[in-house]
Amino acid sequence: MLSIVVFISLFVFSTGLFLLNANKIRKNIRLGRVVNRSDKPLIRLKTMVMVALGQKKMFNRPIAAFLHLALYVAFVITQIELLEIIADGITGNHRMFYFSLGDFYVFMVSFIEILSVLAFVATIAFLWRRNMLSLPRFNKNELLGWPKKDANLILIMELVLIVFILTMNGTDEVLYNRGGSYVDFSKGSFGFSISAWLGPLVFDSFNVETLRIFERIGWWGHISMVFLFLNYLPYSKHLHVLLAFPTTYFSNLQAKGKFSHMKSVENEVKLILDPNAIPPESDAPPSRFGAKDVADLTWKNLLDAYSCTECGRCTDVCPANNTGKLLSPRKIMMDTRDRLVEVGELKKGEVDNKSLLGDYISPEELWACTSCNACVEACPINIDPLAIIIDLRRNLVMEESAMPSELAGMLTNIENNGAPWQFSQSDRLNWANEE
Amino acid sequence: MRLNVPTMSEMMAKGETPEILFWVGCAGSFDDRAKKITKALVKILNHCKVSFAVLGTEESCTGDPAKRAGNEFTFQMQAMMNIQVLDGYDVKRIVTGCPHCFNTLKNEYPELGGKYEVIHHTQLIQDLINTGKLGLEGSQTYKGKKITFHDPCYLGRANDVYEAPRALIEKLDAELVEMKRCKTNGLCCGAGGAQMFKEAEKGNKEINIERTEDALESNAEIIATGCPFCNTMMTDGIKNFNKENDIQVLDVAELIANAAEL
Repeated sequence: MLSIVVFISLFVFSTGLFLLNANKIRKNIRLGRVVNRSDKPLIRLKTMVMVALGQKKMFNRPIAAFLHLALYVAFVITQIELLEIIADGITGNHRMFYFSLGDFYVFMVSFIEILSVLAFVATIAFLWRRNMLSLPRFNKNELLGWPKKDANLILIMELVLIVFILTMNGTDEVLYNRGGSYVDFSKGSFGFSISAWLGPLVFDSFNVETLRIFERIGWWGHISMVFLFLNYLPYSKHLHVLLAFPTTYFSNLQAKGKFSHMKSVENEVKLILDPNAIPPESDAPPSRFGAKDVADLTWKNLLDAYSCTECGRCTDVCPANNTGKLLSPRKIMMDTRDRLVEVGELKKGEVDNKSLLGDYISPEELWACTSCNACVEACPINIDPLAIIIDLRRNLVMEESAMPSELAGMLTNIENNGAPWQFSQSDRLNWANEE
Repeated sequence: MRLNVPTMSEMMAKGETPEILFWVGCAGSFDDRAKKITKALVKILNHCKVSFAVLGTEESCTGDPAKRAGNEFTFQMQAMMNIQVLDGYDVKRIVTGCPHCFNTLKNEYPELGGKYEVIHHTQLIQDLINTGKLGLEGSQTYKGKKITFHDPCYLGRANDVYEAPRALIEKLDAELVEMKRCKTNGLCCGAGGAQMFKEAEKGNKEINIERTEDALESNAEIIATGCPFCNTMMTDGIKNFNKENDIQVLDVAELIANAAEL
């Protein structure tokens, strides 16, 4: 009875805390500007199924994709077993689905166990890759400190999760052998693919009482880790396991080369070109052009920032980053998220005199971008760092008039003679008569 | 051979309407190297008797570099003025010699009311060959030569045009060799996003050098591009390695015009 009370309290507390934090994130995302991404629902659904569920873009790097797939499938399928654990916890039963599902239950747990072992191997490989191999993208400046710890912590938590569940099943197998399982007092084996041999191998020397304690440690350990993990998510890059789905659903479906249209500018330009035009009254001019801080970005940019799992494929293909420039598209996403979290902590009406542009992202980073879309193409979940870079540039240029002097000259040329260089428009056709 | 380059105003005076407008672009009009690409394309258009015209002195920058640099005002001013001119001539179809003009006209003009069918010159040439207006049969000019294609970002990733230029290279009976980074994974030449008009930010290498190394690794004898800015960057890169006598940088339009002996 006590265990039921403890379980339900834990369950309610951890789910409640998670929902509270999830709501904070939702509110923060809603600080962003409006952008319509609700058109073409079928194409959006298809994109989500292919890119998030099907992990299509991961397979541009097959080895990493396979390891990631093992972890991902294990994570998804284990949710079935998690349902049983929760049902057991609430009712005080053991392996509630065992009798109703029969052979299918054994098949299901066996399948989960095989995936868990694959996931274990994948996690070890990821830890090795991250810490022992000196891959450039895992050793960039923006990963120093907390991001690197965050990544390792997630991997270690995953290992612990798997160890707990295999302990639970393994000890239960040994108990069953000896007629001491909670579930079935006859002797034999559940027939779980991994635990049926791993259990006896590891736990055979213990007596029934000790095994029962171990089994409970496995059970409680696993579910506690799940609750811990759930509540770690909102503070971690690992949030992508959930947000990859909305992020891909709300992907930009237009040509990547099309930069967003600024309606506010259109109204002003129309007034300049036609003094008789009547300014639309409903469209009050925005407080600023381009983005200086996170609230000037769109909600999709902000969702992207929370969804980024810092894999660094964007930075790995960035021509500017590849040639030693300060720009890293991954850092753009991380800075946007970190600043958004900071803004979210402010009390209503409070300002902190900081901004994304300047305090987090420097003009030098922004001016290194060639707008080549390699980062956008590389992102396994269609995050768009370029949209943020351009909105920040717009603020530098249109609000601060701060830009490299050659660009100021180029813009003057366009305005004066309709070309980025100092050539007269009347000479435009000279080539046709030159030899 | 004298080029026949009718302007829209001349056509209109004669009461004629061309099938397609050739948007030359600033580089194509003023840059000495890019002017050769422009002429190559005109030779092809003349040879195939395509009914086309240019805007000539009525053409102005699309506003692309302004928009990439973050100046939406300058971009929209240019765009609105250009749309007035284009609509004044009732233009329906446009072919560009530059992926930047192509992208801007195709994707960014519609929201300001400028709705046209816009194609890149490699797409037009492909169409001319496919419809039998241009024949390259038996051309020996590039037979067996190793040619690599450098994907311009604003043609490839930005607009998913990867096949038209490659199909043309294959028509030359040449050997198309790919660089390790190509198509969706193609590396930028370093000129996009208004970088063409400024010094690169501080780093340890120029992007065009990095890209030229990819091209050298492919052992190609010719680097083909479809963008005047890529052309400049790759030509500079080749000079940097003192390979200008071994490796040519040519636009696909030039390859086709040469092969057809125009």
